Amino acid sequence: MAVNTSALLFLVLIYLVCIFYLARLGYKKSSQTEGYMLAGRKAHPAIMALSYGAAFISTSAIIGFGGVAASLGMGLLWLVFLNIFIGIFIAFVFFGPKTRRMGLNLGAVTFPEFLGRRFESRFIQSFSGLLIGIFMPLYASSVLIGAARFLETILGINYNLALLIFTLIIASYVIKGGLLSVMYVDAFQGSLMFLGMAFLLSFTYIKLGGIVGAHQALTDMAPLVPQALSDLGHQGWTSMPVFGSQLWWTMVSTLFLGVGIGVLAQPQLAVRFMTVKDDRSLKQAVLVGGPFILMMAGVAYVVGALSNVYFFRTTGMTALEVVGGNTDLIIPEYLNQAMPELFVLFFMLSLLSAAMSTAGAQFHSMGTALGHDFYQEGLKKGKAGGSTIHATRFGIGFTILISVGLAYILPESIIARATAMFMGLCTSAFLPIYMGALFWKRISRAGALASLVTGTFGSLFWLTFVHAKEAVPLGICKAIFGKATLLSGTWTLVDPILVATPLAFLVAIIVSLKTKAPSKEFLDKCYSLSPAAENSPKPKTLSSMKEKKSGSEL
Amino acid sequence: MLGIEDPQVWLAYVSCVLSALGCVIYGALNWKEEKQVLKNSSPVSALQE
Repeated sequence: MAVNTSALLFLVLIYLVCIFYLARLGYKKSSQTEGYMLAGRKAHPAIMALSYGAAFISTSAIIGFGGVAASLGMGLLWLVFLNIFIGIFIAFVFFGPKTRRMGLNLGAVTFPEFLGRRFESRFIQSFSGLLIGIFMPLYASSVLIGAARFLETILGINYNLALLIFTLIIASYVIKGGLLSVMYVDAFQGSLMFLGMAFLLSFTYIKLGGIVGAHQALTDMAPLVPQALSDLGHQGWTSMPVFGSQLWWTMVSTLFLGVGIGVLAQPQLAVRFMTVKDDRSLKQAVLVGGPFILMMAGVAYVVGALSNVYFFRTTGMTALEVVGGNTDLIIPEYLNQAMPELFVLFFMLSLLSAAMSTAGAQFHSMGTALGHDFYQEGLKKGKAGGSTIHATRFGIGFTILISVGLAYILPESIIARATAMFMGLCTSAFLPIYMGALFWKRISRAGALASLVTGTFGSLFWLTFVHAKEAVPLGICKAIFGKATLLSGTWTLVDPILVATPLAFLVAIIVSLKTKAPSKEFLDKCYSLSPAAENSPKPKTLSSMKEKKSGSEL
Repeated sequence: MLGIEDPQVWLAYVSCVLSALGCVIYGALNWKEEKQVLKNSSPVSALQE
């Protein structure tokens, strides 16, 4: 990008100093397991909300989806509505308080441990940990690649070097300081992102003639939709695609349901509910979370779509034509051409923040899942030597190496689908049992186990053999059956989430009703409204007892 | 409405803004409630009670 590199380097240096200062602040307070894993369960509501939002919104959500909006139009705003209403309001007000209380009652410090203890099953904990440990690196690798490409472009440094530097910086504070460091850094980065997007929206509307003027200009461009998109159902940038068309299915099934509803069952987000001190904190956090998501996803989609108006006025072409069909280049191109250089410099930091905060949250979740849930509690049945913090640090280091390795090995076509794949898999595997754990006392261990396995393998089967977007680049179906997908027509457009998630819900209900319900005593403990741990010493977990013995904390 | 002709799209636009606004109001009410609780449980009010 055409920015002053030395000025940007100077800004990046100041930015890194701030980040390491905040990370150190978190590290100093992370002297116990709950500090390292759950930010001491005392995080400020605003910090929790900013951290949740910053972990949720990555650079690809801003640049990638902004570019997609430039191609598909403002119909994508339904996804923003789902993100705010379900991802923030429903999550913070209905899922959050129960997760926090139940997690505290059961002494859980990770999302898989929460599920495992709620269903009294080490298998559920270790299987969930393994699932996250295997598939989250795929999602993390896509974030790493995006960030490294971004650094390569703006700082003009070698891609491999950029990947290494970026990974090392995040790894250093995540491994050392744990979740508290991650959340402090996230809050700072989230604030930068908020400011950057607020300026971007204001500049865009001012430049294009105000809110109504800019929208009207985009509406008037409907006849300029490329024929190829028109044939798929595109009706203009301020209209929804034709009902039932290929474009309509892509928009509704993948984007709205996959990313919109999938947010509820994201381990790296759900664990943040357990970081605050009480239920009211979660309700207070809504004040920051709602506007944050609006300013991130909402602004990216609106500005992405409106970039068509700017490009048409300046070049006579649509955004897609200006960048030669590559939607990832639309937002950077728009920034370069339309925005003042000082703003572009600042916005670069916002984008860097978006990538770093998402990667930091992923590293911490992958590490806890593999180190604590799978290895320590699953493989070693809680009898492993060493502390939870040590096992988690090892897990974080290991999964970071896997993510970087995947970033080099996997083809770009798979990496591009990694976010949607991971979100879809998490939704099918975790959402039914997570909802059951919180809201349905009758759900049994057998029901949860069957649902977890069905959701996981149902989703994996559908994306490997039916859903064309993954099945074709993966090539497994072609290698086994000689054809790209097992089914044809509209089926190949239907996202795995729409098939595997209802199936997993159904299995959870049927198996639970056919098997023994949990005891009343256990349910009373889970659903207790005033956790004993809040007023008395913390519940002893297998791991915490071990740590007490070894005394090997930070 | 708002320069957007398709009701499905302007409804999405308005829903986004209103839901964020709703979040602000809901969150603010909970902050206010906490302040009220703290105020009521202050030593002075305890003495008054």
